Amino acid sequence: MSDTAFHHDAAMSEKPIVEMRDIEKHFGPVIALNGVSFDVKAGECHCLLGDNGAGKSTFIKTMSGVHKPTAGKILFEGREMNFASPRDAMEAGIATVYQDLAMIPLMSVTRNFWMGREPKKGLFIDFDKANSTTMSEMKKMGINLRSPDQAVGTLSGGERQTVAIARAVYFGAKVLILDEPTSALGVRQTSNVLATVDKVRKNGIGVVFITHNVRHAMAVGDRFTVLNRGKTLGTARRGEITPEELQDLMAGGQEMAELEGSLGGTV
Amino acid sequence: MAEAQPAAGGPTPQPDGADERIKDIGGLRNWLVRPELGGIVGTIAVFVFFGILAGDSGMFNAQGILNWSVVSAQFMIIAVGACMLMVAGEFDLSVGSMIGFAGISIAMFGVVWGLPMWLAILITFAICIGIGALNGLIVVRTGLPSFIVTLAFLFILRGFTIFIPQTVESRTIIGGIEEAAEGDWLAAIFANDIMGWLFVWLADIGVIETFTRGTREGEPVVSGIPMLIVWALVLVVIGHLILTRTRFGNWIFAAGGDAQAARYVGVPVDRVKISMFMTTAFCSTVFACCQVFEFGSAAADRGILKEFEAIIAVVIGGALLTGGYGSVVGAALGALIFGVVQQGLFFADVESSLFRVFLGVILLFAVILNTYIRRIITGER
Repeated sequence: MSDTAFHHDAAMSEKPIVEMRDIEKHFGPVIALNGVSFDVKAGECHCLLGDNGAGKSTFIKTMSGVHKPTAGKILFEGREMNFASPRDAMEAGIATVYQDLAMIPLMSVTRNFWMGREPKKGLFIDFDKANSTTMSEMKKMGINLRSPDQAVGTLSGGERQTVAIARAVYFGAKVLILDEPTSALGVRQTSNVLATVDKVRKNGIGVVFITHNVRHAMAVGDRFTVLNRGKTLGTARRGEITPEELQDLMAGGQEMAELEGSLGGTV
Repeated sequence: MAEAQPAAGGPTPQPDGADERIKDIGGLRNWLVRPELGGIVGTIAVFVFFGILAGDSGMFNAQGILNWSVVSAQFMIIAVGACMLMVAGEFDLSVGSMIGFAGISIAMFGVVWGLPMWLAILITFAICIGIGALNGLIVVRTGLPSFIVTLAFLFILRGFTIFIPQTVESRTIIGGIEEAAEGDWLAAIFANDIMGWLFVWLADIGVIETFTRGTREGEPVVSGIPMLIVWALVLVVIGHLILTRTRFGNWIFAAGGDAQAARYVGVPVDRVKISMFMTTAFCSTVFACCQVFEFGSAAADRGILKEFEAIIAVVIGGALLTGGYGSVVGAALGALIFGVVQQGLFFADVESSLFRVFLGVILLFAVILNTYIRRIITGER
């Protein structure tokens, strides 16, 4: 893999593309988010960590327009936004790649890639353009397709994530939200997806990387924010925090430290 | 396609990094995963079978061909709607009742209530497509299986189809449609034959026979191509183009393939599904129009079991019952198989009840084949 050193100081000083301020989300009596602040800048990978139930999913669904926040502000390039649907967020430039709902397995890679934005020539889809663009965009991401007619079902989990990421990038996403992209993948596929994340970031796209795997986060992250019980426990820059500290924060400290002792630091 | 690799003869490194573990699947396997495969094989088998069994029975002379073509075309018309709806992930069990309902509606408006026939036809189309939209709306809004919702409409529509003429006219068969439709421009689109000149010419050069007795002596035995067949072919071509070539077609596949994933990329899944219910209703009404103007009467018991025949034709044509995969051309071939077998058994002088046995058997085979093909496409094991 090419250079993965983290020299993003220029990018870091820029204004954030998306800023979430004191987001609260209540579902009836349940407070899922209780004042979460988070932002992502161009060309950085901001990891959002948290254990199951910490509120990660609710938070990114708020960011991508699925949920409306109960309180708090969403600023996109400095302007306050009110997303009514995922479509609104998408049009603004926030693309989300969901873990299992990224692709339709029975349909071809091309049809999936262009879904919802099919190029037209007269009444019909311009398949020449659609196929050649799909092939070349996939090649850029390091995937050689046998044919653009190949069904997505024949691709591996990592490749499917990559198609979805390539699609978002091609259609001009400024912020890319990845919902646990590596959680169901093997070692090799995980490193492919992480390499893709790195490529995307170098194109100046802000990446929000949701995971509960500290090692995956440390591999590509520029900043790390930990969510626990609906609240942020703070944001750290790369180099300011160790994997052990992150792990501790995610688990809420105490018991995890004890567990880790007995497991010999393997978690 | 540009990336097709030559068959790898071992773990030789590929210059552009292609995965050496992916076998070149070759032409045969490519053909195997086409949804039309079952339909094509079935069609050839059926023609060979009846060519041998009933070759000299008149099944393949002009009249015989017309006979099974008309029956096949009937199946095709409803199969096109059912196919697109199934690809979108839904069923419509009210097709048969809709056929009966539409026929009675035309007769009530055009004959009993004396409206001009074209107006009766247009009103009927509006009502039926509206009911189709209602079917779709209920399915989409409630999230209930379309199986149950349209089963309810199967009974609701059939009930009204019997109740309305029974109450108004005290009968369930209404005739006199031919007279009422005389000279009507819209009725002609469903009732007439076209290209009669072709058959006169064919008779002149001796390719097809002429009547040798009766009032039509000297005329060719086939007077033209019935509009029913024209409708079937036009619907198949349009349906196929929409499904495979247009943006909307892509959305139909997406809605049936994975509705939630489609919604996430901005496909208006609900609208797509509702419009497919409306398309099915449209096809049922076309069927009803052709039937009513051909018979010159409407009856409340028309169309019974047609919904299942449409679904079977679609499944033989390679569509998956779970949605997201299928072909209009395949469904049309399924309909052709149907028509040929149903009429062929008659020509071959075989007991016609065996047709149902055949239906059941071929349905079972088709579903098993489709499941197998689905595994190949998606690489499931």
